[in-house]
Amino acid sequence: MTYQVPKFRNPSLPRNALGYTKADYEGSISSLCAGCGHDSISACIIRACHELSIAPHKIAKLSGIGCSSKSPAYFLGKSHGFNSVHGRMPSVVTGAAMANRDLIYLGVSGDGDTASIGMGQFIHVIRRNLNMVYVVMNNGCYGLTKGQDSATADQGSASKKNDPNPFNGIDLPALALQSGATFVARSFSGDKEQLIPLIKAGMTHRGFALIDVVSPCVTFNNNETSTKNYDYVREHARAGGIVDFVPMRDEITTRYQPGSTYEVTLHDGSVVHLHKVAESLDPFDRMSAMAALDEHRRNEEILTGLIYMDMDSTELHEVLGTSQRPLNQLSAADLCPGDKVLHNINASLR
Amino acid sequence: MKPTDIKNTQHFHKVVDCQYACPAHTPVPEYIRLIALERYTDAYMINWQSNVFPGILGRTCDRPCESACRRRRVEEEPVAICRLKRVAADKRDDIEHLLPPVPVSKNGKRVALIGAGPASLTVARDLAPLGYSIDIYDNQFAGGGMMRSQIPSFRLPEEVLDEEVNYIVERGVTTFFDTQIDSMKEILEKDYDAVFVGTGAPRGRGLDLPGLDEAGDKVHLGVDWLANVAFEHTHVIGKRVLVLGGGNTAMDCCRSARRMGGEDVRIVVRSPFGDMKASAWEKEDAIHEGIPIFDNHTPKEYVIEDGNLKGMLFEKVEAQYDANGKRSLIPTGEDWVFMEADEVLVAIGQDNAFPWIERDQDIEFGKWDMPVVDKVSFQSTNSKVFFGGDAAFGPDNIITAVAQGHEAATSIHLFCQGKSVSDRPAPFTNLLSQKMGVHEWIYDNAVKPDERYVVPMAPLEEVLADRKLEVELGFDSATGYNEAGRCLNCDVQTVFMEDRCIECDACMDVCPTDCISFVGNAEETELRSTLSAPAQNLAQDLYVSAALPTRRVMVKDENVCLHCGLCAERCPTTAWDMQKYIYNLSYAGQ
Repeated sequence: MTYQVPKFRNPSLPRNALGYTKADYEGSISSLCAGCGHDSISACIIRACHELSIAPHKIAKLSGIGCSSKSPAYFLGKSHGFNSVHGRMPSVVTGAAMANRDLIYLGVSGDGDTASIGMGQFIHVIRRNLNMVYVVMNNGCYGLTKGQDSATADQGSASKKNDPNPFNGIDLPALALQSGATFVARSFSGDKEQLIPLIKAGMTHRGFALIDVVSPCVTFNNNETSTKNYDYVREHARAGGIVDFVPMRDEITTRYQPGSTYEVTLHDGSVVHLHKVAESLDPFDRMSAMAALDEHRRNEEILTGLIYMDMDSTELHEVLGTSQRPLNQLSAADLCPGDKVLHNINASLR
Repeated sequence: MKPTDIKNTQHFHKVVDCQYACPAHTPVPEYIRLIALERYTDAYMINWQSNVFPGILGRTCDRPCESACRRRRVEEEPVAICRLKRVAADKRDDIEHLLPPVPVSKNGKRVALIGAGPASLTVARDLAPLGYSIDIYDNQFAGGGMMRSQIPSFRLPEEVLDEEVNYIVERGVTTFFDTQIDSMKEILEKDYDAVFVGTGAPRGRGLDLPGLDEAGDKVHLGVDWLANVAFEHTHVIGKRVLVLGGGNTAMDCCRSARRMGGEDVRIVVRSPFGDMKASAWEKEDAIHEGIPIFDNHTPKEYVIEDGNLKGMLFEKVEAQYDANGKRSLIPTGEDWVFMEADEVLVAIGQDNAFPWIERDQDIEFGKWDMPVVDKVSFQSTNSKVFFGGDAAFGPDNIITAVAQGHEAATSIHLFCQGKSVSDRPAPFTNLLSQKMGVHEWIYDNAVKPDERYVVPMAPLEEVLADRKLEVELGFDSATGYNEAGRCLNCDVQTVFMEDRCIECDACMDVCPTDCISFVGNAEETELRSTLSAPAQNLAQDLYVSAALPTRRVMVKDENVCLHCGLCAERCPTTAWDMQKYIYNLSYAGQ
């Protein structure tokens, strides 16, 4: 009986620029149900951070409550972590980010934690454009309390208990667009090729990045009548913008057909190749993104990939004009420079 | 790639690296698990069935299994398979009642075995229970062949040898010891139904250099000298001894010389240290006993003064390798090195010799004056006559001789029944699920991080004072248990049933060694580079599924799979299962 991962790793695992292998970004063994989509998302986060060569101690992972919010225990075991109060992860991230702007903030939440109890916090953190990645592990049910429909369950979708959901489901990307989000994407836990570059682009984006990931609950919501089961999502997912992320130090080798491909240079010099698939979508136009989302929903399709990105995003620190040096590195002398400085200020105001 | 056919017995057989590498295909993980359970007798019997001499091999085997052990590919040291075998042998109960009965009334077929070494004894072991009348001829006073004459007692105590040899020679076979066979014709005239030749490679290769004649009886052939020591014809050796050669016989010679009065004993070898033929552990043991190894020294001359051997001259060389890896030893041009010696032991190789086989007995001889022997059936061109062990294809090791003995016995049985020797019985294979619960398996699937345990040894001064005192003490039960825990259970296979897979990737995500990938199919070379971790070990196969609904395939690189079962534990639809693969060779009469 094992509840532990063996210590041996594949000796041919590639090393990143820091000399780390993927194993250095792993966490402890998952205690989620076998086959849970959340584990696949964890694996994508591990690979994205490894491939981006981010030092593990430069990442803070924060979560709320729920199956999704347990998952940070299963990746980035050497990073900072905070398992916060139900629906209150955005507040904690805001505090942490204000105190130390040097870390990369990765929020992990679920559909209950975001779309129900945490709805208020979710909208406000978007509104403020806090520099963070917000991953929603969205399975349309409350797995931790035996699978009741959540606020993102589609109308008419029936989980294992087989009662069709009578209510309209909340579409988180649409809500985020409405609230002013500067990076909105949706993906599927079963599509690593799409999800990993999205996570990388989201981590490099300056400002708030929402990645809503449909993540089937194998225990309560992977039955035929559900619209969030593996097969349904595979059949109904339609990629809008396919992202190919090229870190700053790598040479750009991929060449796409002109016209349908945008090359977006991020603030750190990294490049996102955005390959537009859906004709109706202009991923740099908020209205187009909202329309595309609505159109796909009406066609019973799930629009995935990068849906919207604001290249001129201004994140919270810039808006507030905070100190370049992180707050937590400012000494008492910096914060309270003494009488003389106060006198000078007062004098300048006379 | 095409989907892997797991019904083909070879795919999973290859995954069990140790068993696959073992010439006799001993089911290693199976007996290691029994040792962990302290079921030593059962572990012993599995070995006895397969390799006939567990106690002997547990001390002397060349260990091809350990070179192949998967543990070497995920950490440094293989499981101490050989020494675990010894644990089973040391701690077993009496097993005589478990041996197969040998019928009193015979089947009417008579078989002669020439030589009583490991190959012949294996043939006798396999055929006696089937009712064959067996006559064994050997020129030594007891059975065992080179295991008796060439392996020193400090590595293989006589009691251990006698016990396992006697399980065969004392059970319904007729032995003719101290009997030199000088004529194959005479044997064939005795009208045996089949004759097996297991006479080994008895002739030591000499080294004819200037001064050899004058050196006289101070220069010995290693194998002959070892036999003289074993049979107590030789009791002493000079204080300064040079041992020429870099194989295991050289190691046995130098270590024996240390016990026979040699004080300054040196190994001198032409090749570089790393190229020496001796097993790494035998070199270590020699060095541990204070024997220096001088490599890159080519012997040139026996130095004689006043008619007596004074020492030897050596030319220093350097190994150079061409593009094909072929080695040449180039003299460095330095002055020749003189080393003093009272006696010299020459252990530079052994040859086969068949002066006793008349060349008109329909036994064809080919290259290097070796008999022409079929590589599968071990039958010679005289359909009645079979060869095995070193006699068949030249010097190799005990376990190879045993494996060949099994095959020859199968052939002899087929031949005596009038069947074709190419119509050989298939191995018995089976796959058995190990599942007991969601996280529970019949086998202990936790992977232990322990490093290889060291076998305790008797104090150096004691073993050097007594040539019969065994150097290695063997593992005690507790260490045996710990060492057994290092086994990765490679016979418990990861079996994938694609019709159940929902492609949730859980197995791929949890696999600690990134063996599993779900990717688009391609030709093998390309596929190997697109996996989660590149599959660079071409000796290890890929396990490829049929196409899944997303048109991807599951590809598992068998190379560093820990058989930890996490893929199966994390699979929501039991598309993965851990199944024990049994692969047993079929022996004569099966």
